[in-house]
This record gives sequence, C-alpha cells and structure tokens, in this order.
Amino acid sequence: MADNNKPVMTENESGKKVHEPLFHITKKAAIPWQKAWAVRIGSVVAALIVCALVTMLLVHKDPIKIYGTMLSGAFGTSRRIWNLLQGIAMLLCVSLAVTPAFKMRFWNIGGEGQVLIGGLATAACMILLGDKIPNALLIVVMLISSLAAGAIWGLIPAVFKAKWNTNETLFTLMMNYVATQLVAYFVNVWEVPKGSGKIGIINQATRAGWLPVIGKYDYLLNIIVVFVLTFVLYAYLKYSKHGYEIAVVGESENTARYIGINVKKVILRTMILSGAVCGLTGFLLVGSTNHTVTTTIAGGRGFTAIMVSWLAKFNPIFMILTSALLVILEKGAGEIATVYGLNKSFSDILTGIILFFIIGSEFFINYTINFRKAHKEGK
Amino acid sequence: MILNSAFLQNAAGAFSWATVALFLQRAIVQGIPLLYGSTGEILTEKSGNLNLGIPGIMYIGGISGVIGAFLYENSLPSRDAINPALAILIPMLCSVLGSLLAGLLYCFLTVSLRANQNVTGLALTTFGVGFGNFFGASLVKLTGSEVPSVALSATSAFFKKSLPFAGKLGNFGTVFFSYGFMTYMAIIIAVVAAFVLKKTRTGLHLRAVGENPATADAAGINVNRYKYVFTCLGSVIAGFGGLYYVMDYACGVWSNEGFGDRGWLAIALVIFCIWRSNWGILGSILFGGLYIVYLFVPGSLSTQELYKMLPYVVTLIVLIITSARKKRENLPPASLGLSYFREDR
Repeated sequence: MADNNKPVMTENESGKKVHEPLFHITKKAAIPWQKAWAVRIGSVVAALIVCALVTMLLVHKDPIKIYGTMLSGAFGTSRRIWNLLQGIAMLLCVSLAVTPAFKMRFWNIGGEGQVLIGGLATAACMILLGDKIPNALLIVVMLISSLAAGAIWGLIPAVFKAKWNTNETLFTLMMNYVATQLVAYFVNVWEVPKGSGKIGIINQATRAGWLPVIGKYDYLLNIIVVFVLTFVLYAYLKYSKHGYEIAVVGESENTARYIGINVKKVILRTMILSGAVCGLTGFLLVGSTNHTVTTTIAGGRGFTAIMVSWLAKFNPIFMILTSALLVILEKGAGEIATVYGLNKSFSDILTGIILFFIIGSEFFINYTINFRKAHKEGK
Repeated sequence: MILNSAFLQNAAGAFSWATVALFLQRAIVQGIPLLYGSTGEILTEKSGNLNLGIPGIMYIGGISGVIGAFLYENSLPSRDAINPALAILIPMLCSVLGSLLAGLLYCFLTVSLRANQNVTGLALTTFGVGFGNFFGASLVKLTGSEVPSVALSATSAFFKKSLPFAGKLGNFGTVFFSYGFMTYMAIIIAVVAAFVLKKTRTGLHLRAVGENPATADAAGINVNRYKYVFTCLGSVIAGFGGLYYVMDYACGVWSNEGFGDRGWLAIALVIFCIWRSNWGILGSILFGGLYIVYLFVPGSLSTQELYKMLPYVVTLIVLIITSARKKRENLPPASLGLSYFREDR
C-alpha cells in the first residue's frame, strides 16, 4: 500500500478499482558484510564529493588541493599525527563506554556529563591530595574516584529507568548540564589565580598526579590504554555471559525476562560499566592530556561517540575506523579553515554532511525498494 | 550578556516593585526562545519523532534570518532606505526556509529512510551549530562586503519595536507591553498549538500517530504525512526561536556560541511542561527566570554557577515524578523515538 506516494488506479481481476503504489519497501534478509561495507564506503565517497563541492563553492580552489590541505592537516607533521592519534583514542574511549548501553537499547546520551564528572573527580584528587600522599597512591586514588564518579553519574538514570521506566534519553541529556554546572562551580572555587575563572595547569611544579609519560610521547599512554580497552570490550560483549545478556535485553526485554534474565540488574550493571568507562576517559583527559579541568574538556565527544558507535554497528573493532574517520575529518577541515581563513566550525558542517550520507546509506543495506510491475492490458 | 548586570547587582539588595518588574521582563525575554523551541519540539514529539536536532535547527533558523537581513541591508543605498515590511519579511522567510529544509532533511532520513532518530538528530545538531557559527563568523568575508561585522541594528529595530504606550504604563507596561512582536507571536503560537492538539481532529490524529502509529494507520490516518507535516512545522517554529534571539534579544548582532545551550534547555522545557505548549508559556518564563536569577541574588561567582543548574534539576525532578505517577496523559508519547515500519507487523 502507498504511504506518501501518489496512488495509481489499476483494475484487478474482479474489475474493482484498487490502489497500486509506485513502489513498496521490504526488509532485506541479512546481506553479506562485504556488500554492506561497500554501500557504506560508497556513501562516504559520495559524501566526500559533496563536501569537496561545498568547499569549492566557498573557497574557490580545486578539490585535489583541498584534499591535500586536509590530509596535511591530519598527517602533515609527526606532532599532528600524535594529536590525531590522541584525538582518535579519546573519542574511541567514550564510544566504547556508550556501546554496551546502546546494545541494550539504553540511549545513554550522557557521555558528556559522565566524562566531565570523571575529570572533575580526577582534578579534585590532584588539587586536594597532591603532595599529601605518594604519587603512585595518588594516581590510584584518582583512577578509583573517577571511575566511581562516572559510574554514579551513569547509575542515577539507570535506577530510575529500572524502577519507573523513566525516559533515559532525556534523563541523561539533563545530567550533562548538571555536570557542566558542577564543573563550572568547582572551577570557580579552585580558580588559580583568583578571578581568572579557570584552574590552569594543576600541580605544574610538582607534577603530582600527572600520569607517567612513556618514552618521550605524551599521548602514548592514553593510546595504549584505549587500544587494550577496545579488545577487552569486544571480548566482553561477544564472549562473556554479561555480553550475551546485554544483547538479549536489547533485542527483546520480554524474551530476556522469559529466559530468566534479571533485566533490572542488567540495566544497572551495564550503566555502571558505561559510566565508569566514561569516567576513565575523564581521568585520562585530566590526568594525562590536559592536566586541568574546564567545562569544555569533553568537547562534545559524548555526542559524537553516539554516532561513532552507531556507525560501527556497535562493534568495538569497527569503531576504531569510524572514530578515525571523524577525527581525521575534523582535523583536516580545521586545517582548511586555518589555511583559507574560514571559521573553525567549518569542520562541523563537513562532519554533518558525511554523517547524513552514512545515516541515509543504512536504508539501502536494510531495505529493498520494489517498483510497481507493469500491468498487462486487458487481463 | 546584553543586560546591565552591574545595575542589577545593585538593585538586588533593595526590594522594589521596579526590580520585580524588571526581573519578570528579563525572564520573559529569556524565556521566549525556549518557548519557540519547546512548542516546536512538542509538535514534533507528538508525532513520535524525538528530534534532538532542535538545538541545531534553532541555530539554522537564526543564521538564515541573519543572512537574509544582511544581504538586504547591504543591497540598500543607505540605512534610511530600509523598508519596514521587507526588513521583517525577508529575515522571517529566510528563517522559515532554513528551518524547513533542516526539518525536511530530518524527516527524510528518519521517516522515509527509517534511520535512527537519536543519531540523525545529533548529527543535525552538529551540522546546524556548525552552520550557524560558520556563516556567522565568515559572512562578511564570504560576501566580500566592507562592513566590519554582522550588526543588523536597522533590521533589529523593527523586530524590537514595542507598542508605543508601553513606556507610559510604569511597571505594568514594562511587564506586559515592552516587547517586540515576536514575543506575542510565540505566546499565540503556543496557545494555538495547545488548542489544536487538545481540541481538534487533526490534533487527535497527531496524538494517535505519536502514541501508536500502527493503530493510527489501521484507522486510516496517513502516518507518514502527519510525521512529515508536524516535524517540519515544529522545525519552523523552533527556528523562529533562533531568529528571535539574534534579531530581538541580541539586537541583530550575531556572536558565535552566543545562543549557548538554549536549544537543550528548550527540550528540557518540553518535559517540564509535560508536552503541553500552553503550560510551556509559564514554564518558559520560569526557566528564563531561573536562567538569570543569579544576576538578582547576592552571591559569589561560584554559587551563581549552581543557580544555573536549577532549570535542569527542576526538569529532572518533573521527569522522575511523571514517570513514577504513570498518569497516561503526562507520559511521553508511547512511540517517541521509534521509527514506524508498516511492513514490520
């Protein structure tokens, strides 16, 4: 039957007039993964062409040159490559965090707040306990408190979801801003120097609570931690009993209940995990990357992570690719903006265009369009 | 912030009716963008679409109006040659066009292509905020014009024009008549939207689509048409919120990130007024008040940050209470956030 297409009148066997739509849509059986990825890559290529056209309209340069600028922005110098890898690792870490929740169909869009609160807990330990306890112990305390803070921030919406089925999308969204304002409050309390409105580098002289630097590479520790975490989470979701329970709850809560899974327990446990990994991201961002905390430290990653996770079909290994795609794009577009004197937000526009294409392409993986067959005359 | 905080700080100590009137007036001014955003989102959510792209759409609505007004103002030989009707109509039409296209894109992806609503909405917000900030900052450079920055004071003057007798009525005039036409328009739209939802057949059908699209479909309601029409209409209304913000509140000056998190606050307001746009009028004034209350109460900078948390905390409490009481009419539309696949049944 037609949904919003103009119906066409045809005659059926009994001579009655019936509506025959121009096309109808049916669900595809699972298609081979090579084919699915061919569609996705095709959509990215199409999106890149559109991005090039948009950029050309704005800066009047030939597209090859534009892509050259983008690539040099992402990979141009070894410093840029390190920045890029660090960016990918941090985005990937938040994406890993939100994935178990998504697999359970729990829309945790509070990653931003959970990262912030984890970062705040880390910074609090650094400021309040710095120099008072040995450095190794301090780092352990920082880690534990950031994990706990993130976990609590994730647990609160889960408790209400489990008890009263409170809408988790809206709940976690609000929790982001509560966290932002808490950070803003403590930034004002701890500001150095007074009146500057920011904390500045914490423990710059003593380096208390700074995570160790491996070799000479500032970001290597973060990258290794996230890389290991990716495979741990992959195994957790794919091979553990917990992972199986998450998948069943996500597919059908009734089935889960029927086969004796305690749905509430799974929701609470998974959100503790999700929040704790977000807290870990905050810990890495404050303890290792920035050594300070601001309200923008999460940098929108909590939201971008949702798209990273969804684009990779909740598969942690594929998430390496999707987060790399988005970060390379962001850095590349940032370079275009700098070189051609455009505003930095240009990268958001390009990211948006690419996301729209990939989101749209999923349709062609999951559905087929069947056009109306030509009818024989005088049947 | 445009308001004169030093003056308000001084006024905070002593109670006077003038301060109360001023507080109410500022609260209303702050609340109107939220009211536009939430009325738009209510219509959208009632059709079952959880459009998290509203913050982006509000940016798009704002900047589209700015682009229109900027091009019009710069095409004039002098500022005095500006035509009042065109000065208002051009930005409004541009704003409608911008938000409508954004809404259509969202509908095409979620309704026709059945994409995930959360992901699509967040992508739209990324795009919209980027679009707004990019053109806001680069408009002057891109058009190669000679003005130093985007300051549409001439256009803004028409948007801000209040009723002539507002100044003569004292506090009463300050609270009720000191606004530009878009303020009254927001309230009228909210009332009309509430009426349509509650009292008309169209509203009944729309609610049916949001609650249970399969049942609505079986009853002969064109589900996709309702989703398209009301999501796009909602986008246009939300886009007016962005337009109001730049043209009226910010006096025609676009500043990047100036709009801030008001888009998310508008979504919070939807929950706060439990999907009733007429309650949203009072809710928006309350939220506007909570947004600026820190300017009126004595306290250090740090406690002010805690005051700014209030709208979100209040919203969370409402969300919890409504979900705990489980009164049908206060719950979110049952199919909110879910795409409708007719062939799935």
